[in-house]
Amino acid sequence: MKLPMLNTKKVDPVDIGRRQFLRSGAAAVTVTLAPGVTIMAYGGAAAAGANPATRWGLLIDVNKCASDCNACVTACSTENGWEDTGNPETDPQWIRKIDLHNPETGLDQSLPMMCQHCEDPPCVDVCPTGASFKRPDGIVLVDKHTCIGCRYCIMACPYKARSFVHAPLTGQKAHAPRGQGTVESCTMCVHRVDEGGQPACVEACGTTGNGAMLFGNLNDPESEIAQRLATYASSAVRADLNLNPGVRYTNL
Amino acid sequence: MERIVYRELKSTPQVWGMLALLAGFIGAAAASVLYVEHHGHIVTGMTNQIVWGLPHVFAIFLIVAASGALNVSSIGSVFGKTAYKPVARLSSLLAMALLMGGLAVLVLDLGRPDRLIVAMTKYNFRSIFAWNVLLYTGFLAVVGVYLYAQMARGVHSFALRTAGTVAFLWRLALTTGTGSIFGWLVARPGYDAAIMAPMFIAMSFAFGLAFFLIVMTWTCRMTTRVFSPELRTRQARLLGVFVAVVVYFTIIQHLSNIYVAEHTGYERFILLEGGLYTWLFWGAQIGLGSIVPMILLFHPKLDTKFGYVILAALLVVLGGFAQLYVIIVGGQAYPMDMFPGLEVSSSFYDGVVSQYSPSIYEWALGIGGVALTLFVTGLGMKFLRILPDNLTDENIDPSTLAG
Repeated sequence: MKLPMLNTKKVDPVDIGRRQFLRSGAAAVTVTLAPGVTIMAYGGAAAAGANPATRWGLLIDVNKCASDCNACVTACSTENGWEDTGNPETDPQWIRKIDLHNPETGLDQSLPMMCQHCEDPPCVDVCPTGASFKRPDGIVLVDKHTCIGCRYCIMACPYKARSFVHAPLTGQKAHAPRGQGTVESCTMCVHRVDEGGQPACVEACGTTGNGAMLFGNLNDPESEIAQRLATYASSAVRADLNLNPGVRYTNL
Repeated sequence: MERIVYRELKSTPQVWGMLALLAGFIGAAAASVLYVEHHGHIVTGMTNQIVWGLPHVFAIFLIVAASGALNVSSIGSVFGKTAYKPVARLSSLLAMALLMGGLAVLVLDLGRPDRLIVAMTKYNFRSIFAWNVLLYTGFLAVVGVYLYAQMARGVHSFALRTAGTVAFLWRLALTTGTGSIFGWLVARPGYDAAIMAPMFIAMSFAFGLAFFLIVMTWTCRMTTRVFSPELRTRQARLLGVFVAVVVYFTIIQHLSNIYVAEHTGYERFILLEGGLYTWLFWGAQIGLGSIVPMILLFHPKLDTKFGYVILAALLVVLGGFAQLYVIIVGGQAYPMDMFPGLEVSSSFYDGVVSQYSPSIYEWALGIGGVALTLFVTGLGMKFLRILPDNLTDENIDPSTLAG
């Protein structure tokens, strides 16, 4: 099946409007999420600097990903402050491991699944208030100040990548604001990326995992991720929907 | 033939008692909302798998029924069947009340109901939800004007017909928008179908008329007013036709899905192996909610069988709730097929049918929405000249009933 181009960049009026918004001083809004904790919102000064020429993405080699390894999930949980509270049906999961079994061939595989940071994200399309938005550099986020908790984006996401915060929160990380009654998902560790780093899952996969994850700029032909994508066959999950996700898998 | 006289409901203990009872249910819903708002949705039965639950079933039923309840008005002033005019005021009032009840449930179930102002001031016009915010609030305004035109003295028939036509077109747009909430969801096999919009319009015709007949006959009985058996029978027959149309759309919806290999798993789930959802589909929606009412409503002696009309209308409402439960909850319970042909498992319930059991808070909120609808309708009938006092067979215009 033909995969959609990774580096097609459509600039639509919604994006232009967002850029203007992000450039405005209003973007640097701060909010009190809990008594005594005032944090900088996503889409603040850092997002205003998001480079529209960049498209951040991930490449995951499924052959290297082991079923018994959970390093990426643990790292994400620690980094962003979401955790297992013993309520598996309502606990948020920004990233999870999915085990695959092919009943025809008997092949077993395992892979991490998280927000796929689509170029045409259904969650952004359906969000009534525009709280779900895509940064110019392709990272899809939820503005916690304008999310009304309708959960339509969860209905619309083909990857089951979003979670609704069902219970009161404690111990939030200042760089990863969350909110009871709002929706959240993988931010591609935007706080790290904006400072030149890489997502916590990728870092952990490289150190304590199996080095199955690669992060980089899909639009830079010199980047390792772009070169690997140009050399080896890769695929998008639910490629039939033509959403052009920023997360790609090899050997799937 | 006498002129139709409209009168407010008298202050009887029954009327006040009913309003007090409804206020009790509304109070219970309010308490439930406060409790959930404080503790979070973890106290409900909804999860990250079933994100829309019983409140959404109630809300969407009421919103869909709202546009359908307006049909009685439309038949009178848009399609020229003047025999329906005596009940047109109640039709418009009930339409507004149903929408208020549905909207209340919908917004009070939000994760952040306190941010309603955000939903009213920030719009993403690529979202059908955002369009619906405008369609719903606009409906209240348009039908409000229509009701005023119906009740005010000296309103020219052209103005009334214009207001009625605008309201009719608006309600078609509104239900299209409601159906498209599901029709435009590409991710899930139970949705992603353009037929949702016209099917929801057909559902609104049936649910709205059924709800109207229940309220009308119940109120007339409680206040010892006459509800012309001739008009009642006509409306009941029409309800039978509407139910048949819903069945037609339901058949096409499922046949289309069965034809597509990637959707057969979902169809097998709903039609054969889905447990509760399969029972609700065949037993409640098709059996009790469609076939039994059609038998009752097309009964040759229907004009003398008052109980048949009420029973059929109640069953249509029951079937409507079942249909929406299957669509909304069943559509989420069936797992999304991210990896066709592969067996998947995870800690996030990938590849498994999700379970849902609504809590008392969801029931309280949903029932509170129905109570709010009836409360607003009752209050309207109590203080406005909504309901005719002499709606006998002799006082309606039989020449316009035919056809």
